[in-house]
Amino acid sequence: MSDAAWVATSDAAVPARTVPSRHSALVRVTHWIATLSFLALLVTGVEILISHPRFYWGEAGNINTPALFKIPIPASRSSVPTGYGYVLPDQNGWSRYLHFQSAWVVVLTGLLYIISSFFSGHLRKNLLPDRADLSWRTFSTTIANHLRFKPPGDEEAWSYNLLQRLTYLLVIFVLFPLVIWTGLAMSPAIASVFPTAVSALGGQQSARTIHFFVSVALVLFLLVHIMMICLAGLRNRMRAMITGRYSTDKERA
Amino acid sequence: MNPLSRRKLITTGITAAAGASGLAVAGGLAKRYGLIPPDAGGLYGVGETLTYAAQRVLTSHSMAREFSPSQISNPPFANEVAPLGGTFKRLQEGGFADWRLAVDGMVARPASFSIADLKSHPSRSQITHLACEEGWSYIAEWTGVPLSHVLDVVGILPQAKYVVYFSIQQDWWDSLDMADAMHPQTLIAHSMNGGELPVGHGGPLRMRVPRQLGYKNVKYITRLTVTDDLKRFGQGLGSSSPEGGYAWYAGI
Repeated sequence: MSDAAWVATSDAAVPARTVPSRHSALVRVTHWIATLSFLALLVTGVEILISHPRFYWGEAGNINTPALFKIPIPASRSSVPTGYGYVLPDQNGWSRYLHFQSAWVVVLTGLLYIISSFFSGHLRKNLLPDRADLSWRTFSTTIANHLRFKPPGDEEAWSYNLLQRLTYLLVIFVLFPLVIWTGLAMSPAIASVFPTAVSALGGQQSARTIHFFVSVALVLFLLVHIMMICLAGLRNRMRAMITGRYSTDKERA
Repeated sequence: MNPLSRRKLITTGITAAAGASGLAVAGGLAKRYGLIPPDAGGLYGVGETLTYAAQRVLTSHSMAREFSPSQISNPPFANEVAPLGGTFKRLQEGGFADWRLAVDGMVARPASFSIADLKSHPSRSQITHLACEEGWSYIAEWTGVPLSHVLDVVGILPQAKYVVYFSIQQDWWDSLDMADAMHPQTLIAHSMNGGELPVGHGGPLRMRVPRQLGYKNVKYITRLTVTDDLKRFGQGLGSSSPEGGYAWYAGI
């Protein structure tokens, strides 16, 4: 662990002149592990998808059954009729290995993050919205500011606004659990232990289709997340998430 | 060094030591209870071991879901296979009367079964889901002799740990641990949807393992070898799948 992360975890030891840590060491480390795992899951997920770019609803589906929808891309298997005159190379072997290894990393990291956030107060202080903020007025003001691409003021540099809090809660407690659930529901071994986890989703092909849509939602979150960081000041926000240091001094930012 | 960071250092040290010894104990236990897959040595060995160990612990007695006749996919999709060779064609012309399933290795009574022999043994029918790692799937009814029954007939030795099975297709072989080999739904399937098992679906004999993905269900099987050590087969990775880049365990 770097010296900066070390200093950041022991605030009492930090000399008074130093700017306090924007993100705790645990948040920073888990953030970047999750980022790397997510990128690995995304790339390998796309590789697996191109072996059969067709989606179905229910328990079973194959090229003899009507598709719910198709992705208009070439496939890595000659058995799939795509309309393209060529077949992409098969990358499923290493993609599946890496997909599941990254899934383990992100699930264990996520559990560490959620459990420690619960006990450290990060969840309560930084993620759960203030009761006072939970009004339609705050909500609409925040949305209006976002739509005008208004860069956040200094007061927002040290805490998340209502929309950010709700989005992070949605990603952490809805989208990630859902993508894990639908992923596991595709496993024939898991289906044998928890059959209800599959039937509740409408079947194994439904689980695959929902897995795809939740992944798309997570990618949209990632794009907006990166866009907002660029808008708020890429260098400063990146430094805050890497070293923990953050400057509200405009000249230094 | 101020007191706070020293305390922190000690705590971190103890945590790291506890973590390392915990991992060592977990590794030892996993090895003892057969929770390490044969392809655990590579770059993805950690993830593969976690998946196999977790699923093996969870699924020791679980049964694959069975469906109603109305849910059978019609027609089922038969994935492509490498061109079938001259030996297969010759056996096919004879109506597979000369097809043999040899059983050898760590067994008390090595044997060889014809299709007719196998059909004279107690059979099991089940309507299950077959999912390919590519993403597609179908539901069909398979009928066959439970592998556990064949293993009982030949009498496996107590030290047996895996059953290796070979296709008539060159370089197509796989293996099951005893949990899957002795599982009541693991069949040497000879029939499908009430008729003979079509050649496209692996006829005359296909290993049917409904708790694992399609590629574990090797088509055209001719030989079973019971063993306690997968290192002796091929590159020692448990099946031809890891040799082609795919995981040995296909429960996910």
